[in-house]
Amino acid sequence: MTDMQATDETGAFAGKNPARQFLEGLGWNWLGLVPFLAFVALFLVVPVLYLVNGAFQNAEGQYTLENIIALGSDNIVASYSLSIRLSLVSAALGAVTGLLVAWAVILGGLPGWVRHAFTTFSGVASNFAGVPLAFAFIATLGRLGLVTLIFRDVFGINIYAAGFNLFSFWGLALTYLYFQLPLMLLVVTPALEGLKGEWREAAESLGASRAQYWRRVALPVLTPSVLGCFLLLFANAFGTLATVIALTGSSYSVVPIMLYNQIRGNVLYNPNLGYALALGMVVIMAVTNVLYLILRSRAERWQK
Amino acid sequence: MKRLPAFPTLVVIAASLYFLVPLYATFDFSLRMERGVLSFAAYRDVFQSDTFISTLSFSAVASLVAILLGALIVVPTAYWVRLKLPRLRPLVEFLTLLPLIIPPVVLVFGYMRIYGNNSFLPLTTTDPGTNVLLVIGYTVLSLPYMFRAVDNGMAAIDIATLTEAAESLGASRFDIIRRVIFPNVRSAIMSGAFLTFSISLGEFVMASLLNRPAFGPYLVQMGQDYAYQPAALAIMAFAVTWASMALMQIFATRKPGQRFLPRLPRLSTFAPRSARP
Repeated sequence: MTDMQATDETGAFAGKNPARQFLEGLGWNWLGLVPFLAFVALFLVVPVLYLVNGAFQNAEGQYTLENIIALGSDNIVASYSLSIRLSLVSAALGAVTGLLVAWAVILGGLPGWVRHAFTTFSGVASNFAGVPLAFAFIATLGRLGLVTLIFRDVFGINIYAAGFNLFSFWGLALTYLYFQLPLMLLVVTPALEGLKGEWREAAESLGASRAQYWRRVALPVLTPSVLGCFLLLFANAFGTLATVIALTGSSYSVVPIMLYNQIRGNVLYNPNLGYALALGMVVIMAVTNVLYLILRSRAERWQK
Repeated sequence: MKRLPAFPTLVVIAASLYFLVPLYATFDFSLRMERGVLSFAAYRDVFQSDTFISTLSFSAVASLVAILLGALIVVPTAYWVRLKLPRLRPLVEFLTLLPLIIPPVVLVFGYMRIYGNNSFLPLTTTDPGTNVLLVIGYTVLSLPYMFRAVDNGMAAIDIATLTEAAESLGASRFDIIRRVIFPNVRSAIMSGAFLTFSISLGEFVMASLLNRPAFGPYLVQMGQDYAYQPAALAIMAFAVTWASMALMQIFATRKPGQRFLPRLPRLSTFAPRSARP
């Protein structure tokens, strides 16, 4: 919306500041938004701002940075580091496999029903997270899970003795993949569809090989999308709590679990430190999502 | 027959195995409660439990009320923004996307602090108040999906013309929203509703921290106490998610006023129109 249009709609406002102009252009119509804005303020914005404010106060209500400094203590740094590593690994796994599967079903020359089946299934699986997902993986790869038993009885390999453990970092990463891969497939599909056949033809007519086409044309065009999707997957993994609790109990201290325990009073109780923990989560989620939006708008340039 | 390309086929087979084996394993596991035979004993056990019924109904009611509240907030807002305040659209869109950035555990932490004891609105001090807060929390979590679904629905109809037509016939604002806009975006609301339902039915974090007798905390408790019943519950949860997504898809692709099922031309010769209710 340019100033030009605002002036056209509201008459001559030459010389007034743009913010004032904008508000006067709204007239009394903004009243219609009051219920929505009140709801969002009361139950979304104010609660978060309250926590953010509290993160910079001590128990007596004086402003201080001691909570933020306390975030540097060993167990909290360890917790953030674990969360970030787990989210990175899970997002990388999801992004690579998801891209591969998306490529196979969209551009791989397979029958159309395969793609349809995968898209439909992905819609379901990307929402099949939380507690039931943990149960499914316990029945599959737990100590008495079907796959564990097949490995033991058919191939004679005890995967737990070989170092695998479902209730560990890699077990969690493998479990997250069940909703990360489908999410990747769904969000990267428009980018793959945006690869125009003309580009390949043009590259081929100029003598490019398949590998050259992918390396010099397709991948550079896809990069912003893929990076953006990777960030979305990262945020998705970073906020995951229920799956972890159901799989490993509340002792596996990723950041959401630590905050959960802090709120329940299971650890040394200091609400202001809890606020700082929450602030850290919000900052990480916000940065990730903002970068995602920037990359997505870059990626959309090619999809027109 | 055309030969299938080798590598893509391999990728698809591997991915299918990764997706289907856990489902099969869970189903298989859920049937093994009785030693030596395959039976639905775990399912029977779950259905006979009073806690299962009570927590599931609690969460179902909470989800439905959250959907209702969401529709009441989102539909008039989306309508008003499209009709009168297109300039505020980026702000409203941004606000509805915020719940994707704020993790539920942070949101509920804020609720407990603001609406606890000594608050201007002490919701968490009574059971009904805490239930209200849980429902509100689910409504907030569903805002991104609800708003997008309804907004897309409104893009498909000409709300300016509908509004003018209704106004020229003397309808009030309230009447326009209730009798003209709502019916036209009904399928959009439904499509947002099924996603909301599948998110909030088994939601754990908010329900657990607000100490509500909901389905999510019940699931976690079952996982700690039993071996076979959780597998049965996982299969049922997958079925519910699948059904919700299928219904969401059906409603999302439906045009306003379209019949739910396509009319079967031959059937009408057997059942004359007048015989239909």
